[in-house]
Formats: sequence, structure tokens, C-alpha cells
Amino acid sequence: MRLLRPLIVFLGLILAWQIVVTATGAPHYILPAPARVAAALAAHWSALIGHAAVTATEILLGLILGAILGCTTALVVASARPARRWLLPVLVVSQAIPVFALAPVLVLWLGYGLASKVAMATLIIYFPVTAAFFDGLRRTEPGWLDLARTMNGTTLRTLWRIRIPAALPALSSGLRVATAVAPIGAIVGEWVGSSAGLGYLMLQANARMQVDLMFAALFVLALFAVGLYSAVDAALRRALPWQAEDGRVRN
Amino acid sequence: MGTNMAPGIAPGVHLHAADLRYGSTTIFEALDLTLPAGRTTCLLGPSGVGKTSLLRLIAGLAHGAEGQAEDETGKALDGRIAYLAQQDLLLPWSSVLNNVLLGPRLRGEPVTGALEDRARGLIAQVDLAGHEADRPGRLSGGMRQRVALARTLMEARPVVLMDEPFSALDAITRYQLQDLAAELLRGRTVLLVTHDPLEALRLGHGVRIMAGAPARLDDPLLPPGVPPRDPGDPEILQLQAELLRRLSLAQAARTGLALS
Repeated sequence: MRLLRPLIVFLGLILAWQIVVTATGAPHYILPAPARVAAALAAHWSALIGHAAVTATEILLGLILGAILGCTTALVVASARPARRWLLPVLVVSQAIPVFALAPVLVLWLGYGLASKVAMATLIIYFPVTAAFFDGLRRTEPGWLDLARTMNGTTLRTLWRIRIPAALPALSSGLRVATAVAPIGAIVGEWVGSSAGLGYLMLQANARMQVDLMFAALFVLALFAVGLYSAVDAALRRALPWQAEDGRVRN
Repeated sequence: MGTNMAPGIAPGVHLHAADLRYGSTTIFEALDLTLPAGRTTCLLGPSGVGKTSLLRLIAGLAHGAEGQAEDETGKALDGRIAYLAQQDLLLPWSSVLNNVLLGPRLRGEPVTGALEDRARGLIAQVDLAGHEADRPGRLSGGMRQRVALARTLMEARPVVLMDEPFSALDAITRYQLQDLAAELLRGRTVLLVTHDPLEALRLGHGVRIMAGAPARLDDPLLPPGVPPRDPGDPEILQLQAELLRRLSLAQAARTGLALS
């Protein structure tokens, strides 16, 4: 039933789509029928996979870079008071600039290749990761810190043994959000200027009125995004098993 | 047993003219407290009177408080105090063994085989042998508090401050833990904050009541016999009635104050 339910929902959506197409009589260059999209998917399969591999690389590299940069920033800001005073306002102001507005500049600076898209994905991921991890580091249970103080623990070891592990659940929610938004960065980057990738393919298909191919590309992208999210979610769950079990046997 | 040596001779603890204010409210001022060396002192009093604040002051954890606890020779007690709070404060991601080893780890002491053996010995002493690898999430409240006790003993500090460590437990578990604590903490200088007069009478060489605003301490009540005392002893039950009477007076004075 666990696997059946999403399948039923999926089939229901396809059916609804077909009904809309039939009822409105929309031409295929406005809204193609599901069967037409499936045909496009089959016809262009190898091209789709090739472009998807490019986009996937951009997303994964952006995710890794954004996570590393975000974690580092959060650690620096959380452990050094001067860093907090100087860096935090910059971080907050930087979030007022929509990342999409930077896309043309990034393409100008980093070119049409992989780098500008990785930079976009990194930028879009950076803030949720930083904010979530910093928040977690700041909210360490005060009792633990008191305990560390009576034990004469060093600041660095208290950070490593208590504050960082305690912040991991917060970091993992930040990483989940990051995983969900990472594809946006890559796709927008591709729209602004690229020579490969699913976003590039969608723009090309759109310009040639191949709306069925556009939908096929969208489908592949959605499939990858869902797969990536489930994989990251499962990995995080496995990495923090105490999160689920803590508080279950409290009395 | 080598695992539970009180480190050296426990010092007495002297707190002289301690002050604590929150805003315009004076919690206590010019408060003196002596904890006799190697003895357990129990502190009773209405909630909010400042018992926990006093304990934190001695532990060096109170911010904005005046006064420092010293031993008989006037030396500060830094590094000689262990602290056991009402919450067990176990790290949910660490095993029982690693929770007990937290102190050495936080100080960067190398965790040698001998140190680990000592930790395992303490875990066995609190009746948790076989649970070394379990995470705290899988333990009951009583077991968790016993791990916290083992962690406190691992610190081998001569002074132990306890803030209602058994109050969240059911009656039987609490009774067993009181016995265990009395046995394992023998010879140390202990301050135990509690709500429960019977607990104070079971465990304390001396019992003190903290009451009033600003709070003051009664003269110590010295129950007969040696802890852990039998709660069925008529003399203890009589003292319990007396303590209850004094505590309700203190509580009434407090409520009256709040109403006026």
C-alpha cells in the first residue's frame, strides 16, 4: 500500500490531465495530451538523459558546495562573537537580493558552462543551510552548557561534543529545504545562458513549439528532484537515528 | 572498590554574604551557608524561593550574583564541584558509556583503557551493566537518572550539588535511587535541593529550610541516625510532620506576600 498510494495519485493526475485536454480541446502546442508527452519521452530518451546528467551534476555540485560553505559560515558565526557582529548583517542583507537577479551577472562572469549554474545552485542553497545550522548552534540546551562548564570542558570540545551534534537536527531540516530548492538554481541558471541541461532543452523546445518535449523534460526533472530529495531524506534519517528515538521512552 | 573513591578528603563549603537580585526583586542578600565536610545537607523550601539559584551560585553558574563558595582555607572550589540537575541532561546521540565519559572527553583527557574500565565499573554500580552501548532514548526515566549519577561520580569531585535529581521519578524508583545515591556519595560534601521532606530526612545529615523574601535559612535540623534512614522510623515521621508544618507556614507567608 505504501508504494501503491503514490502510484494511484500519479495515475489520477494523468487522468485529470487527459480529461482537461479532451474537455477543452486544447491544441497539442498549448497543452499536449499525456500520451503525446510519453511518446516524446520515448523518442528523445537519450537526449533527455544526456541533458539531465548535466543538470544533475550542476545540482549535486551546488548542493555539496552550498552545504560546505553554509556549515562553515554557521560555525564561524556561532563560535566567534566579532564574526557574528560583522557577518550576520551582511548575510541578512544579502538575502534581500533575489538570487535570480544575479543569474545574468554570474553567466557574464563565469561563462555559459557548468560553473555559472553550480554557482547559482550554491547561492540558493547557502542561506537555508547557514540559517538552519546557525539557529541550531545557538539554541543549545542551556543545561548541557552548564554541565560542560562544571566539567571544565574547553570551548572547542564543547562545540564538537555537544553544540554541533545538538544542532544536527536543525541542520538536517536546512539540508532538506536546500535539496528541494537546489534544482531551481540550476534551471534558472540554464535559462539565462547555457548550451546543455534540461533548462536549456526546455527553452529550445519551447521556441520550436515542441511543447510535448518541454513537458517530457519537466517530467525527467521532477523525477530527478523527487529521487534526490528521497535519497537525502533517507540518508539524514539514517545519520541521526537518535532523533526519532529520543523522547519516545520518557517518563 | 577503586571505582568509587571520594577524591581526597572532602572539604567543607562556606558561602559568605551572598547576594542575588533579579531586577528590583531581592532573592536573597547577606546569606551565609556552611556545608559540613563529608556530610549531606538537604535544602527544603517553597518553590521560587531561590534554592536552585543558591545551588547555581555555589556551582559558579549564577550570573549577576555576588558571593563565592570557598573551602575552610578560603580557597575557591573551582574544579572540585560536580553538578546533578533535575533533568538528567544525557546526550541523546551518545551511548551510556560515552555519556559517562563526557567529562574526560570535554577536557580532552585521553580515554585510556583504565578510564573506560572505571566508567564501566560505575555503570555496573548503578545497576546498568549490559546497557553500556544503549542510547539514552531507549532507557526509562529512572535508568537515565542513574546514568547521570554515574556521570557525576565519574567526575570524582569531592563536592556534589544536586538539584531535585529524583523528583521526576515514581515513588519506588525514587526510593531505590535515594539508597544508591546515599551509598555512592558517602564521604563527599553534598548539597541536595529537594521538595520532599521525607527525602531530606532520609538522606540529609542536616536539613535546612529556606524561606522568606529575601530568603533566609533556618538553623540546621539534625535528624538522629545515619542516612539513608528508614522512612518508617516513628522519629523520622514525626520530624516529617514538623517539616511539613514549617514548610506550609513558609508557603503561606509567600502566598500572602504575593496577594498583598
